[in-house]
Amino acid sequence: MRKLILTVAAAVLVAGAAPAAQASGGSVELLKTDFSWDGLFGRYDRAALKRGYQVFHEVCSNCHGLRLVAYRNLAYVGLNEDQIKEVAAEREVQDGPNDEGQMFMRAGRAADKFISPFANDNAARAANNGALPPDLSLINKARPNGPHYVYSLLQGYEETAPEGHALPEGMYYNKYFPGHNIGMVPPIADDSVTYADGTKATQQQIAHDVVTFLNWAAEPELDDRKSMGLKTLIFLLVLTGLMYALKRQIWKDVH
Amino acid sequence: MADQALHAQPASTDGQTRRDFLLYATTAVGVVGTGLALWPFVHSMNPAADTLALSTTNVDLGAIQPGQSVTVVWRGKPVFVRRRTPDEIATATKDDGAELRDPSKDADRVKKPEWLIVVGVCTHLGCVPLGQKPADPKGEFGGWFCPCHGSHYDTSGRIRKGPAPANLPVPPYEFTSDTTIRIG
Amino acid sequence: MSGFKTDNKVIAWFDERLPIFSMLQHSAVEYPTPKNLNYWWNFGSLAGLVMVIMIMTGIFLVMNYTPHTTLAFDSVERIMRDVNYGWLLRYVHMNGASMFFILVYIHMFRGLYYGSYKSPREVLWWLGVIILLVMMATAFMGYVLVWGQMSFWGATVITNLFSAFPIVGEAIVTWLWGGFSVDNPTLNRFFSLHYLMPFVLFAVVFLHVWALHTSKSNNPLGIDVKSPQDTIPFHPYYTIKDLFGVGVFMVFFLYFVFFAPNFFGEPDNYIPANPMVTPPHIVPEWYFLPFYAILRAFTQDILFIPAKLQGVIAMFAAIIVLFFLPWLDGSKVRSATFRPLYKQFFWLFLADCVVLGYVGGKPAEGVLITIGQLATAYYFFHFLVLLPILARIEKPKPLPASISAPVLKGGGMAAGATAQPMEKA
Repeated sequence: MRKLILTVAAAVLVAGAAPAAQASGGSVELLKTDFSWDGLFGRYDRAALKRGYQVFHEVCSNCHGLRLVAYRNLAYVGLNEDQIKEVAAEREVQDGPNDEGQMFMRAGRAADKFISPFANDNAARAANNGALPPDLSLINKARPNGPHYVYSLLQGYEETAPEGHALPEGMYYNKYFPGHNIGMVPPIADDSVTYADGTKATQQQIAHDVVTFLNWAAEPELDDRKSMGLKTLIFLLVLTGLMYALKRQIWKDVH
Repeated sequence: MADQALHAQPASTDGQTRRDFLLYATTAVGVVGTGLALWPFVHSMNPAADTLALSTTNVDLGAIQPGQSVTVVWRGKPVFVRRRTPDEIATATKDDGAELRDPSKDADRVKKPEWLIVVGVCTHLGCVPLGQKPADPKGEFGGWFCPCHGSHYDTSGRIRKGPAPANLPVPPYEFTSDTTIRIG
Repeated sequence: MSGFKTDNKVIAWFDERLPIFSMLQHSAVEYPTPKNLNYWWNFGSLAGLVMVIMIMTGIFLVMNYTPHTTLAFDSVERIMRDVNYGWLLRYVHMNGASMFFILVYIHMFRGLYYGSYKSPREVLWWLGVIILLVMMATAFMGYVLVWGQMSFWGATVITNLFSAFPIVGEAIVTWLWGGFSVDNPTLNRFFSLHYLMPFVLFAVVFLHVWALHTSKSNNPLGIDVKSPQDTIPFHPYYTIKDLFGVGVFMVFFLYFVFFAPNFFGEPDNYIPANPMVTPPHIVPEWYFLPFYAILRAFTQDILFIPAKLQGVIAMFAAIIVLFFLPWLDGSKVRSATFRPLYKQFFWLFLADCVVLGYVGGKPAEGVLITIGQLATAYYFFHFLVLLPILARIEKPKPLPASISAPVLKGGGMAAGATAQPMEKA
């Protein structure tokens, strides 16, 4: 039995090694930090989530979309119904046709998905010096070691590129970005937001908070998933224990 | 069934009891677990979060003249909004005393007598009754007429004749201002 | 099918007209099973369970999935975010695919170790290989449905394999795509086939079990059942043993579902498909990696056969060769327990497959290319050269007289061992 388990474990390790190895393929080691949602008992830190939302709203959302998240979802972040309506109404979305057959613009509603800052990719590129700010709905899942990658990237800017590195016009040097030439202006610095809850807004704090928010945007089910997972596994261990005892009972006369 | 193979054995009563207990306990826990595991499948067929979020509809009443009707969509179903004339209101209240299949006072079916708001789905088998457009047949009671199986509704949306069992239901709604309502 | 008796008149009436209860009694209750099966024999029933889980979650996922290039990705995300327990159904389905392959690969290596493919179980083995092929096709098409970057480029690369065939290659690929690139028609047909294949799979699994119940289970000693002493009824002995295995397996499976749901996945598949940009590293899902390594191992044109065609042929041959296994391995002894040489080479072959998988997951560069080529060569060498030679030169250890013989010799000789089968007889 032990051999069996060991072998299964080995098989899984082998299976997982390939993607995992690939994941760390970037040349630079990412910054280390702990996230509240790591591990079996990990959950989102609600205060960080709310601060992270503030950062996203004040900084990121000027260029980046969040098209898979709906405004109504912000209730989980801690916004009340009126605040959600207010945020949703900040941007306009096309609707229609009306009775005259015309399409028209109306303010966003709570049931709408986040309205992206640009009408389409081409408009986004045109406004951003040819670079496309990616939609952030799934960014933490769509990059190897996503949370740590985004966390590092936000703090990975260098004032000047290392010697010998040719930095194209209008680009910035970032240690963690593949190829190091990134089109995004350094988005955050110490005190680039003023937190409503009085937390000191260091660059590191801001990065950590916004990564928390982005992880929630990518995995809003995480809290439910982990709490259900614990209950399920405990239940299964009990059931498996019972079945093992029954198996021993039934088999005890077979030699 | 589970122990038939061991019947031939001179098993001690103690062992037998212990095994029976284990068998029942395991079966019970296993059955409960299987039942719980099926719930996510069933629940996934209930309305999703985005479907629920969209289940309110705002209607602007400003442009509707007395005697006119509009049809709006709420939860994928037509909702009839009729601005009733004084005559229609009078007929509706007068018929409160008539013999009704599904007795209900007109006053209980409206928030403002001028505005009648009902779900436009025949309570018989789900067709949409006629009577919204000026040229439509409105049935014998001046309300709506369902062409599928001939149900007649009056100017309060109550069933008066035909196979339908109940009145056209009134959806939950509220006046958000004098000229707008929110359904749902 | 005579053993079924009941006092219930309704059941008796029904059974006379459709002997479904007799059949169950015969093949799931009384079914005489060798009494010495170890836990490696659990994996077949576990694979069957995962197949059922996959079909169930799949059917419910389809209720919210939209097979259109502009909507597929978002409809999957809607399942993850808005559909009640949609995330659970999808993560179970996604990880279930990996579990299915883990179980089936273990099941196959168990068959290789204990010689379960040998006479009289050749057809049983063939059906198993067909199951593997159907699973691979199903898994590949299912992965495409998400319409992420890996979906799109995986579909592009794999369908392009067929362009390797001379003359008709291009026409075949255009036909597979229903256009001039992987696009909406491709997605729609993959969706249709992904829904169809599991039911084909189900039918083949039925045949697999039928063949099993005809030729009966092999066992760790690899010797035939000689007398009723060697067997025990399937129920309750193996029903409870299989159920216990199910419990252990579900803990393993659901750990990934709840706590590491994207462990087996690729981050790139959370980026919507973009036909204009190929991700820097495209890798197939882990269960295809050994075959992917074989595909890439051929880099030199030989005579008139281009390298590309060699790779494609070799990849398909790597599975086709399994059909011939019962005749390539001519040894009359089934279990590796009694084949000292084969036992060594079994482990070497397993290691070779692991190496192939490792190489398949890495970019094809440097020393890895050579390692991949050597491992590929060894893969075929094992089947085509080693096994036939071993059958001739190996001197097997003496086989026990019967399944119950080693126990009796051990002096344990418990009452149960004899009482049990007596009752059966």
